[in-house]
Amino acid sequence: MTTGTNKRGLDSPRTGRIVFWWLGGICALLALADLFVHKHVHFGFEGWFTFYGVFGFLSCFVLVMAARGLRKLVMRDEDYYDRDYR
Amino acid sequence: MTEIIASLPPGSILILGGLLVPLVRGRLQQVWLLALPVVSFLHLLSFPDGYLLQVHLFDYELTPIRIDRLSLVWGYIYHLAAFLTVIYSLHVRDGVQNVSGITYVGAAIAAVFAGDLITLFVFWELTAVTSVFLIWASRTERSYRAGMRYLIIQVGSGVLLLAGTVIHLQQTGSLAFGHLGLGTLGTNLIFLAFGIKCAFPLLHNWLQDSYPEATVTGTVFLSAFTTKLAVYALARGFAGTEMLIWIGVTMTAFPIFYAVIENDLRRVLSYSLNNQLGFMVVGIGIGTELSLNGTAAHAFCHILYKALLFMSMGAVLYRTGTVKGSELGGLYRSMPLTAVFCIVGAASISAFPLFSGFISKSLIITATADGHYVVAFVVLLFASAGVVEHAGIKVPYFSFFSHDSGIRCKEAPPHMLLAMGLTAFLCVGIGIFPQPLYRILPYPVDYQPYTATHVITQLQLLLFFAFCFGLMNLMRLYPPELRSTNLDSDWIYRRALPAAANAVLRVARFFRVRAVDRLELNITRFVRGVYRAHGPEGLWARTWSTGNTVLWVAIILAAYLLIYYL
Repeated sequence: MTTGTNKRGLDSPRTGRIVFWWLGGICALLALADLFVHKHVHFGFEGWFTFYGVFGFLSCFVLVMAARGLRKLVMRDEDYYDRDYR
Repeated sequence: MTEIIASLPPGSILILGGLLVPLVRGRLQQVWLLALPVVSFLHLLSFPDGYLLQVHLFDYELTPIRIDRLSLVWGYIYHLAAFLTVIYSLHVRDGVQNVSGITYVGAAIAAVFAGDLITLFVFWELTAVTSVFLIWASRTERSYRAGMRYLIIQVGSGVLLLAGTVIHLQQTGSLAFGHLGLGTLGTNLIFLAFGIKCAFPLLHNWLQDSYPEATVTGTVFLSAFTTKLAVYALARGFAGTEMLIWIGVTMTAFPIFYAVIENDLRRVLSYSLNNQLGFMVVGIGIGTELSLNGTAAHAFCHILYKALLFMSMGAVLYRTGTVKGSELGGLYRSMPLTAVFCIVGAASISAFPLFSGFISKSLIITATADGHYVVAFVVLLFASAGVVEHAGIKVPYFSFFSHDSGIRCKEAPPHMLLAMGLTAFLCVGIGIFPQPLYRILPYPVDYQPYTATHVITQLQLLLFFAFCFGLMNLMRLYPPELRSTNLDSDWIYRRALPAAANAVLRVARFFRVRAVDRLELNITRFVRGVYRAHGPEGLWARTWSTGNTVLWVAIILAAYLLIYYL
């Protein structure tokens, strides 16, 4: 097999997009399931429509954006700690 | 003979057998290494539940062996993890690693069954001293330094434990390792010692610093024992300490931000380990039967899937020579089985239904909700979702998929595949059939993980999160993998404190120079003064003529006579 970007492999952008849209479809189905299943919950907010879905989505957004900010703060060169020992 | 074996603490067979490893060579050594966990496990099973061995040493009563349901959970999983890790590391010919791996496991097991604080201390330190060789065995400058930092911190934790024990003994007269609780200086010190080993926030960084520097197999060993020993110790000594809920909640939340931006995938897994410990610590803090069951169950499952993830990344490191996200990608072509096992580990840690994390983490989260800790509940939910990002998606995605890095290598060797396969099988098996695990938990379990609500809410949480990840990746909002070092609390002792010490030294040197100058000046003056008086020309150094001397003697005599008459 040759090296380089593969157009058809599981690591191609095309596969990525297919997986992404399938995921979107499954999420939609899960949101629908919320309408049909009576949820047994501890806290009131858990009972809101697709609370867990929205929470998961927002968690990812907040986590990634915060981590980008964190990177500005704490990222250094790879040899940051090795420099003294040279 | 049977009496001697019965008086040996569980795990001691591994310690003694581990020391004999260098005496056997080649195939026989492999057989020996595989046999040791099995024999040690049978030895453990030979003790009845509730067994106590007490001995008197000087005036103190020690309990080197205590077998009960809490310690047994750890005893079982430690043996299982040891066996799987030995299979994984069958290719290792390095005697140092083989001896240190096995003795380390033995020390951890013996520590779990310690019924008094002195025995605990002895094996606590032994785990530190034996395990550091797994880091040093990488034989690089980096690993040497990381190992040194690891050793200092681990031994420091032991020293705190000993200090706390001595003070506790003075205050209460007891060495028993039961429920301690916060409040006195002694127990507070013991709590701190446990907290260091458990990687509490700000005391945590030895973990992310050292584990990724260990050898391919060393990290798998390390991931299972040290921190879970600390979890056990906390569960034994500080169950129901409310502060632990907040410590645990913090532990679940903050490492996941670091995990997003970390490039070394074994370091990502170390941050993830820290996050998983947080769940267990929350369970201990709540302190109900349900939550303590959750902690024990989660420790059990966690050891397996975390070992599986470290095994898969170890296999990648073994074959490609790197585990940096920025260098990897598309490895599923070369290592398809490893990729599958990694995904099983990822699904388990993400608590996907039908995988082990699902049936253990939910015990803790349910206990949190039962206790009406709303804030803790919401943060745990956020942290559960966050696990999907770093361990669930990032680790398998960036190494095996993402983009084709061009790396072509062989699949992991058969023994590694076997170890990963067995571990993956257990992760799925426990996820589908949780009852056998529930039966060995410390308290009776009345919990059904597979309800419609639980499955649907969990799937929503995980898949919407994954969808958002996909979206951000498509929109190029997701931070790319970059070769980098991220500053964490280790910066304090690797940079800030040495810099501060240097500054203090510089100031001290300045003052010393000035003080020495002043001193020199004074000494010179003094010497000059003495020279003036006693030197060749000095008043007191002159040689007097006899006449002068006689005159002076006559004057003194006259003065004497005068004073006498008066």
